[in-house]
Amino acid sequence: MSCSCHDQDPLIPQIAVIKEVRVDTHDVTTFKIVDNFGKKPFEFLPGQCAMISIPPIGEAIFSITSSPSQEEFIECSIKKCGTVTDYLHQLEAGSEIGVRGPYGNNFPVEELKNKDLVFIGGGIGLAPLRSVINYVMDNRDDFGKVDIVYGARTPGDLVHSKDIFDVWPKEKDTTVHLTVDSLSENWDGNVGFVPNYVKTLGFDSNKIALVCGPPIMIKYTLQALEEMGFKKDQVYTTLELKMKCGIGKCGRCNIGDKYVCKDGPVFRCDEITELPNEY
Amino acid sequence: MKKILKTKLPELWQKIDADFDLFLPIEKNKTLNFSLWKEGEKVNLDRVRTNASPKHLVFPQTETYLKFKNENKKLSLEVVEAEGDEYVLFGVRPCDVKSFKLLDNIFLRDPVDTYYKVHRDRGIIISLGCSNPEDTCFCTSFGVEAASAPEGADIAAWDMGDSFLWKTQSEKGQKLMESVEEFFTDAHEKDLKTLEHEKDNIREKLKELPFSNIDLSKIKGTQQEIFDQEEIWNEFSEKCLACGTCSYLCPTCHCYDLCDYKGSNKGEKFRCWDSCMSSDFTLMAHGNPRTSQMQRLRQRFMHKLVYYPKNHEGVYSCVGCGRCADRCPVHIDIVKIIKKLGGEKNEL
Repeated sequence: MSCSCHDQDPLIPQIAVIKEVRVDTHDVTTFKIVDNFGKKPFEFLPGQCAMISIPPIGEAIFSITSSPSQEEFIECSIKKCGTVTDYLHQLEAGSEIGVRGPYGNNFPVEELKNKDLVFIGGGIGLAPLRSVINYVMDNRDDFGKVDIVYGARTPGDLVHSKDIFDVWPKEKDTTVHLTVDSLSENWDGNVGFVPNYVKTLGFDSNKIALVCGPPIMIKYTLQALEEMGFKKDQVYTTLELKMKCGIGKCGRCNIGDKYVCKDGPVFRCDEITELPNEY
Repeated sequence: MKKILKTKLPELWQKIDADFDLFLPIEKNKTLNFSLWKEGEKVNLDRVRTNASPKHLVFPQTETYLKFKNENKKLSLEVVEAEGDEYVLFGVRPCDVKSFKLLDNIFLRDPVDTYYKVHRDRGIIISLGCSNPEDTCFCTSFGVEAASAPEGADIAAWDMGDSFLWKTQSEKGQKLMESVEEFFTDAHEKDLKTLEHEKDNIREKLKELPFSNIDLSKIKGTQQEIFDQEEIWNEFSEKCLACGTCSYLCPTCHCYDLCDYKGSNKGEKFRCWDSCMSSDFTLMAHGNPRTSQMQRLRQRFMHKLVYYPKNHEGVYSCVGCGRCADRCPVHIDIVKIIKKLGGEKNEL
């Protein structure tokens, strides 16, 4: 996938502006990003990523959480967990950053048309799924029934609360199933880990599942789906490894002969089983 | 085919140096490396192997690509273009010539690395046949023809004792040839016969080398099966010091890091060579998929022998230059790995 954001080397970022900062949880913030002219920095497909740089702190890759149908900006929901993200969380609206992309492949939305979809997210893993979910909502008649399963450690860790509580449940043929890891005050929803919760929901195995979350959650969710009769070619997930260049050249995000930044981050699960277990 | 007497080389270097940056194998403190030639430098075209490969000319060890200033929410970026004049690189051995092709497969595929392309395009490569291969050479196992004119060289040269024979192979080579024609004479029939004899000599020498008969086809199994031979990977990694010498000296290793120079709010973004031997190569905020040296060593050799070939029509990411065999402080090298993976019970 060639980079469309500039005519120069694919490593060169363009200047972008943080248009809006929305604090989602104590450690997750969503940044609305526009280019120097106040427009969307580049076109992308659902599941693709952007490389954000804050010189001299560094550069890191993030999934884009807004829908490609959104024409004004891109959004990235970023969890505070390292040098670059810590610094990003200090930035205010109006701050200029570097951005390059889009990188990686995408969820195959064309192939998913007319199918029933189950989105399964854990924690910040809802971020890349939100891009597809909102794309599906923007083209609602092209897709079948939609179930969204989403879990986090505590109710306070659930990101995109407006979407999950107010927007998506009201969409046609769409159900949102929420869970948290342990009993909490002010929570009358399900309590339990996502994989177990998925099993109790008992989905028909003719649906397509799109799974994203921390590695441990993905591992057990894929097992749960298999037990429920989902075949590996009906399940998509995203993988995450250290990335620097984003274009399959710097050499650090490979799993076997695949580069997560170029051949991923989206993988169909039958592709993953062919890869060495090193992620 | 053209011929130049060795006594004319100093004049040839001067003439080339007037129009180009001239890089030759130059000896300094007993170390031989491709360096910028200046009058009086000690050029050594006899030793077959330079300490480092010439990859730094197309893929510099560090290279700044962006200057920035970040102040009061405002960011300014200034692209630093690839620097350097046109250059001539003389004395590149056929293994190192092939390594450029392997790097091309990475850096010139879409999206093209423009910095690499600039460095690559501005160079004229003159190869030199290997009259005296070293004991640790094993290029023949990787399809390199140390006697023949290597594909990818603009000019191929052979050492004929008191002279060099010189065959132009590209437009760039032809252009250079025309500019230095006065130093050359046409090769005679006798010279060509002597060259064929010399090539046969080289081939005979190569056959006799201790590592010349490595059989890569003995490495059988799927990617997963080779990956899963943990006993072998453990055996090697127990010795590995993770120094990264193998990666830095390897002409085909291309992994790099991108860094910001953190002086102040002003600085530079640069890239530099990196090695999968280092533990922080894959370290993320929430963990590391390769926690042991076994996993890191396995990655390097799986990449060369399995992953790269899978992505590049069966071509291995090794040219048999022998630098890793020569320089690893604990004597781990790709030959031993190939033999072990191929079922041989060789000593480590």
